[in-house]
Amino acid sequence: MEALKQELKERIIEVLNLEDITPADIQDTEALFGDGLGLDSIDALELIVLLDKEYGIKLADPKQGKEIFQSVETMAQFIAENRTKL
Amino acid sequence: MRSRVAITGMGIISAIGSTVEENFDALVSKRPGISFLENFSSRHASEIKVGEIKRTNEELQQLLGLPAENTFTRTSMLGAYAAAQAVKAAGIKDLNDVRAGLISSTSVGGMDFTEKHYRQYLNHPEFQKYIESHHAGDSSNKIAHYLGLKGFVSTISTACSSAANAIMLGAGMIEQGYLDRVVVGGTDALSKFTVNGFKTLMILSDADNMPFDQERKGLNLGEAAAYLVLESDEVVKRKKREVLAYVAGYGNANDAYHQTASSENGEGAYLAMKEAFEKAGIEPHEIGYVNAHGTATPNNDLSEGRALLRIFDKVPAFSSTKAFTGHTLAAAAAVEAVYSVLALQRGIVFPNLNFRRPMEEFNLIPQTEPVSKELKYVLSNSFGFGGNCSTLIFSKTGTHE
Amino acid sequence: MYAINKFINIQKDAIFENGICLFKNEEDGFSAFMKRVYKERGINYPKFYKMDDLCKLAFIAAELLLGDEEEKDIALLLSNREASLDTDLKHQQTIQDAAAYFPSPAVFVYTLPNITIGEISIRHALKSESAFFIAERFPAERMQQYAQYLLKTKKAVKVLCGWVHFLNGEYRADFYLVETHGNIAHTIENINEITK
Repeated sequence: MEALKQELKERIIEVLNLEDITPADIQDTEALFGDGLGLDSIDALELIVLLDKEYGIKLADPKQGKEIFQSVETMAQFIAENRTKL
Repeated sequence: MRSRVAITGMGIISAIGSTVEENFDALVSKRPGISFLENFSSRHASEIKVGEIKRTNEELQQLLGLPAENTFTRTSMLGAYAAAQAVKAAGIKDLNDVRAGLISSTSVGGMDFTEKHYRQYLNHPEFQKYIESHHAGDSSNKIAHYLGLKGFVSTISTACSSAANAIMLGAGMIEQGYLDRVVVGGTDALSKFTVNGFKTLMILSDADNMPFDQERKGLNLGEAAAYLVLESDEVVKRKKREVLAYVAGYGNANDAYHQTASSENGEGAYLAMKEAFEKAGIEPHEIGYVNAHGTATPNNDLSEGRALLRIFDKVPAFSSTKAFTGHTLAAAAAVEAVYSVLALQRGIVFPNLNFRRPMEEFNLIPQTEPVSKELKYVLSNSFGFGGNCSTLIFSKTGTHE
Repeated sequence: MYAINKFINIQKDAIFENGICLFKNEEDGFSAFMKRVYKERGINYPKFYKMDDLCKLAFIAAELLLGDEEEKDIALLLSNREASLDTDLKHQQTIQDAAAYFPSPAVFVYTLPNITIGEISIRHALKSESAFFIAERFPAERMQQYAQYLLKTKKAVKVLCGWVHFLNGEYRADFYLVETHGNIAHTIENINEITK
């Protein structure tokens, strides 16, 4: 799980162009949206693409994203349970 | 004294008809043009519905009488078809007998053809001719050439508010005496580029779009072309034109919120409408019908609804006609300008189809049946990505400054 | 009557303000050059990194032109020849291989030239009138007329006009601000000089 979380942080930084941030800056349970990292709705869509591309999970409804993307912790949990790509 | 801006001709081709009358007929008979994609293949074909014009490119070429060797793409064919219709309807014999111009809009440009052929360029040089047709300016030039226009040509590309901005600019140029006559409007064809792009933003609906409904889940993309002929008082008098309506007011403002989403309280929309009222010199209560942008996305309808409630003490009869045509992007504002003028002329408010439940955030109920109503002023909204918000106000008789 | 006080030219090897060199570019590619300017100006706006190249260029040009401008009623009139073609190509690449089909929403959002206007508006909180024109070369006469019209009818207090070009690593931006009083007369000759 730790390896997955680290991997996620690296991927999030890359995919969302978070230039001045390192994985060490992102806390596992820190809010990704809202005040946390300040991500917006397009970032949420990019994370949905990330789930599909790297982990083979297809989300049909963007509203599901709200729960899943609360933090790196919740994302990792969801991926571990639903991934179809290793 | 500043000239009024008279609308003396209109032309349109959309999913609900190839002429102004056909479109009118569909609107009052509640016959939408939303269906499944047929003209080109797409992996999303079964997952989305569109406002497709059921005419192939070959048919369009024939309709336009184009030579076999040409570089018209679907966008420019639709545009040429509608623009020529408008010029004819205005009774113009010689487009260049006064200072004339064309202001066209598009977001797809020639992409609908280049995306089809670019993989074949190396092995099939006969398709390379379309490379030059790719850019947005080419469709305008093609249309101008087809019309035989020798004057001013310009292309506006501001997403879904493009055609409103073209109408605004044309009106301004007539008012300020830069042009005596200008053909204004927009054209966009369906393409994989836009279908795939909008799909990834997750704002497309797999069902018929439901503007202002609580259960709305997104927009249906559409294709269309529509143009208006605007002429000055002097030309109208000299040529003894029948005036269909006047462009009485217009406004454009930026929402300054997000690249593609609209702000919570519809600030850009509110400011655009406010400016249009100031320009027209009228009060909101004088508007008899609002043709809303109403794309049926969760975001737009909420934002626009709020803006309407902010500017109107009592929101007048309103509807979104996108349930008929789909969202035709750069052509949308021109399509809806044609519908606004028809509403004014014939005293009819067009229906907002597929509406069942009002949105829970407020109490806004659109007009669901076509209804006769004496109208003096009609307002039309078009909001584009990039926060570009535009509003047009049409009147039966011209208003003077 | 109307005049220009400040103009910015961004080219491959340097950035000029009123013809005087502000930044020189030694060997940096576009991204590195813009990032350097961003850092040296002390700009704190993380959304900058999400923008496509055309928007980054427009953003930096506007940033240098507007500086600490306080006026909020500034109309925005931009133009170029290729619209958003550079990003269109990137979007096309993400949908062209059926086996590796992953269109990016963040890329698609930038496949319209007027998003440049959107980004500038958001950054400087400008809710003003705007337009984006496509033309072979900078439409000086049209820009001059439109800017004059906006100022005369008081639809704006100032007008930012510009050419913003980015395609396949080649770029340039020429932005100028039109006001009611100033040093450089708002004539077509002067506009052509600024944008040549």
